[in-house]
Amino acid sequence: MTPAAGMCSSPREVNDRDFARVRLHGGCNAENASACLFGSTLALHSIEFRAVESRPLCNRNKEKVRTLVMARISEVENGRREMSMLRMKSSTVRFLAQTMLLLFWSVMAVWATEPKGSSPHGTNIFAPASTPAKSIADLSVFVLVITGIIFVVVFALLVYSVVKFRGRAMDSGREPAQVYGSTQIELAWTIIPILIVVVLFLATARVIHAIEDAPEPAGAVEVTVIGHQYWWEFRYPKLGIVTANELHIPVSDLGHPTPTFLQLLSADADHSFWVPELAGKTDLIPNHPNRMWMDPERTGVFVGQCAQYCGTQHAKMLLRISVDRADDFGAWVHAQQKPAVEDAGASAGRRVFEGNACMNCHTVVGTPANGRFGPDLTHLMSRTTIAAGAAENTHDQLRLWIQNPSAIKPGSLMPAMKLSDADLNAVVSYMETLQ
Amino acid sequence: MSSNVITVPVSQTETRPWVDELHQWLTTVDHKRLGILYILSSLLFLALGGVEALIIRIQLMHSHNNLVSPEVFNRMFTMHGTTMIFFVAMPILFGFANYLVPLMIGARDMAFPRLNAFSFWLSFLGGLLLYFSFLGGSGLYGAGSAPDVGWWSYAPLGARAFSPGHSSDYWTLALLVSGFGSIGTAINIIATILCLRCPGMKLNRMPLLVWLNLVMAGMVLIAITPLSAAQIMLLIDRYLGGHFFDTQAGGSAVLWMHFFWIFGHPEVYILIIPCFAFMSEIIPVFSRKPIFGYPVMVAATVCIAFVSMSVWAHHMFTIGMNSYANSFFTLTTMAVGVPTGIKIFNWIGTMWGGRIQFKTPMLFSIGFLFQFLIAGLTGIMMAASPFDWQLSLSYFVVAHFHYVIVGGILFAVFAAFYYWYPKMTGRMLSERLGKWHFWLFLIGFHLTFDVMHIPGALGMPRRIYTYEPGRGWDTLNLIISIGAFIQAIAILVFVANLVISYFKGAIAGNDPWDAWTLEWSTPSPPPAYNFAAVPTVASRRPLWDLKHPEDPDSRYE
Amino acid sequence: MSAVTTSFPNTAAAWDLPSRGKVAMAGLIIAESAIFTIFVVAYLFYLGKSVTGPTPSEVLETPIFYTICLLSSSLTIHLAAKSLERDYRRLFLGFWLLTIALGGLFLYGTAQEWHRLIYERGLTISTNLFGTTYYSLVGLHAFHVTAGLIMLLMVSTFGFIGRMGVSQSGRVAVLSMYWHFVDAVWVVVFTVVYVLGR
Repeated sequence: MTPAAGMCSSPREVNDRDFARVRLHGGCNAENASACLFGSTLALHSIEFRAVESRPLCNRNKEKVRTLVMARISEVENGRREMSMLRMKSSTVRFLAQTMLLLFWSVMAVWATEPKGSSPHGTNIFAPASTPAKSIADLSVFVLVITGIIFVVVFALLVYSVVKFRGRAMDSGREPAQVYGSTQIELAWTIIPILIVVVLFLATARVIHAIEDAPEPAGAVEVTVIGHQYWWEFRYPKLGIVTANELHIPVSDLGHPTPTFLQLLSADADHSFWVPELAGKTDLIPNHPNRMWMDPERTGVFVGQCAQYCGTQHAKMLLRISVDRADDFGAWVHAQQKPAVEDAGASAGRRVFEGNACMNCHTVVGTPANGRFGPDLTHLMSRTTIAAGAAENTHDQLRLWIQNPSAIKPGSLMPAMKLSDADLNAVVSYMETLQ
Repeated sequence: MSSNVITVPVSQTETRPWVDELHQWLTTVDHKRLGILYILSSLLFLALGGVEALIIRIQLMHSHNNLVSPEVFNRMFTMHGTTMIFFVAMPILFGFANYLVPLMIGARDMAFPRLNAFSFWLSFLGGLLLYFSFLGGSGLYGAGSAPDVGWWSYAPLGARAFSPGHSSDYWTLALLVSGFGSIGTAINIIATILCLRCPGMKLNRMPLLVWLNLVMAGMVLIAITPLSAAQIMLLIDRYLGGHFFDTQAGGSAVLWMHFFWIFGHPEVYILIIPCFAFMSEIIPVFSRKPIFGYPVMVAATVCIAFVSMSVWAHHMFTIGMNSYANSFFTLTTMAVGVPTGIKIFNWIGTMWGGRIQFKTPMLFSIGFLFQFLIAGLTGIMMAASPFDWQLSLSYFVVAHFHYVIVGGILFAVFAAFYYWYPKMTGRMLSERLGKWHFWLFLIGFHLTFDVMHIPGALGMPRRIYTYEPGRGWDTLNLIISIGAFIQAIAILVFVANLVISYFKGAIAGNDPWDAWTLEWSTPSPPPAYNFAAVPTVASRRPLWDLKHPEDPDSRYE
Repeated sequence: MSAVTTSFPNTAAAWDLPSRGKVAMAGLIIAESAIFTIFVVAYLFYLGKSVTGPTPSEVLETPIFYTICLLSSSLTIHLAAKSLERDYRRLFLGFWLLTIALGGLFLYGTAQEWHRLIYERGLTISTNLFGTTYYSLVGLHAFHVTAGLIMLLMVSTFGFIGRMGVSQSGRVAVLSMYWHFVDAVWVVVFTVVYVLGR
């Protein structure tokens, strides 16, 4: 589109925006790089003006622009233009970089001061406290180092090629050497990755066998875990204990190991048992029993949660493992093996419990209540949380849970029992006697 | 002007009533129009899937948030995954394949134009069916809405007992219907490539995009069908009282997993291979050199196609397979990284010694290379199954696959948009807006998905509608969500570019990029018949031969 | 912007590419094979795993006659296609109708067997794992036979009104590929269900 010949309606000084309208054949070196839309191979031999907007340049101004552009072009050939373009871009880049850095450090500061939780142990896969978790962490570091090296090498090649072989304005019109390939190079970058794969595979296979095929020693504690929507059932078949959501296992000493072996089953959908600092996760799948083990080397409370989407309240199927010293563990087992405490003062609550449908779902050992659909409540008060970690085991929360489970965990399968206030208080008192 | 262009008489450019124009588009069998329809429908579903992602990210901004209920959240992540894989990624890649393959092989259309149209409308109908579930999923007891079983619908969650109402049925039927559309398109692509190449275009002279779409189409035939089979089985379970995945009757939930992932893993290669194709066309043009190692690129792709059929159970490392099975799948998964790495090296080799032009398609391509490298390496980490026992089902794997799909596939798709939009519309996309799009999206992408690896390593599982405050995940999730919004803004810039440039973009002409494959010899946009005379080719870069008669490729091949 | 003349060099070589009908049908056959493979895998996997109900050896009777019918229909369709290539239209129609009859007979046999299994032996799709996998696999195959028969009937209609000639032989060849595939699947299903599974 050529502008109307010659007529200047408003003669004025040429400004930067005029450069934006200049389209050059050949290399791109207009003030505004985005104005340069074509990378043609034709040599630079003419400057043609096209009016992009409706105000074309008059001839006098066109001449001015032409002169200035020619001057700029010779700057390019001296290499100075490149520098000023970089400088112009660099102010934008500097601004962006500064903003990003500021954002980054303020966020890091906030993160560092964020409370990390009351339990002394977190859920960091790189803070292992048990042999399977440690083997995994060690293998992970090995894999990270190798992949890190690969990244650095390939990234360096990428950056180098992007910087070294960037097209410069003075190159325009000449194509680089047309290289089609190289058999030696292809062989090299096929064989080296194959070797890396072999090394990684061998290192990995060792760990797979060490963890999965570990034999169960005589002193091991056995727990059967049954996954439910949305809580965990724990049974200790050899010890005659049934509990829910909070597991107690003994600490294991490398010299005299007392690991815990878990058999994993499911009563409904798929779940996954994940306490990162103690072991990798293993799924609980109906009709497909699984097995995993852990030998924690430190006492304390370790947390985790269900990792396989199992329905509405998958997010609130938390795990809490208390790793106890041998004597503490023994004491806990002993307490759990006893039947429910009989407290005459709570007989009203017990009548409410047994008179409503509660006993159809829940078990209280030593009473007629023997339901299996919900958690065993015999020693409810020995647990620090209720509803699989969704709430603290306090009077108010327990009362709210029984009154209206949806207030704490909407979608959980415990129905609201619609008890009167008197009945509700009585039943909560009864629950609180189940030490 | 070229001698092959036939000028259209003025009378044909008179404006038609818009109803006529709409009817033309709705009944078209022209591969170019169907390609554009695929792309436009993908952009629509991209917006819907994107809104779902933003809802997820707002809900997860801090612990114990309650923007949405758990039921709604679970529908959001299910619909987001299903939409993005089946109604964004697959159709947009089929759209580009539809548009470009006949042009690149010198054909006038696909082998079966009506089958082409039928396949597109099946695919689109599937998408509509999936979204209708929001309205129609209630079933007898008002129990359903959109599906909420995750995009894998693991047994037994998909069974009648766990998914009352019709939400699961909408998921199943939508995918079954669009799956048949995909198979139709795949058959069409294969028949077109094998039967309609122009004279002289032997198989080893086809552009790499054509080769890679051939491999992709072959994979579609044997990978989509296992999902269709599994879904038919699920329907039999739900409606005819079957027991395929009924664990109470002795059925196996693990069998569903095997069937799903025998589809699911090759599916991700089906998605990435056309993106490799885009890179193999764009990087050479903007480096001003031919692709480095054409035969190796073809061989590596075929190798990937075969090996990828043997890795599926790396999605099942935590289900308790025995140590030999775990070791086998570790080995095959690591092995598939070798041909993939070879391709990355070949692209860098193409750039090496070239004269790189940093136009927007090339910017996105370089972003692809960087991000696909990282994504591949996090994949190798998870290939080591013990490492995967920690990383699987956590936000680490969510970060990994978004790195591939957004950082890899979406970047490659953006590159393809900027590169071929001039051919499709006759106008150039704005470089200025393109650069804004690129940098904004790059920053948002890395803010979200680099950081997302960390909560995964800190024990945050996926598919949770909220999380506990003491776990150290709050700030990280906030950063991730901010990045998501930056990406959303970048997408708006992109859409603005598409629309504004359609009306105001510079006229592109036949060959704005000085490229070498046959589509650049046609006018932009090409006429309905593509080529006035079917071309004959003598090398892999017919236009290079014409522009450089003193040094044609045909001398060296 | 580069302006390129698009007159390409002429090569006078013979340029023979495969027929698109055959390539497309081969693609469809590959896809369908994958579907059948999954159903066969499910069948084999669940052998012996039913918790209740009749087992294969208790209730299945090997359908030798109907198998022979179906497999010979492959021969007859082949002969029909060959006849059409030579434009022997009456012979083509004869073999074609024979194919349809044999295929129809096979379907009748399947229906009869299912009737017996459901009403006399109490095996339905919801009885147990064997019932589910058996009816699904055999049913999927029967569905494909039915679809094939519908297409064969359409062609026979064209034959009756005199529209089938040598120029249609390419299309008939493509359709007969499908029919051969259906027969080949039956060989696999027969082996898995009636030979291996009992």
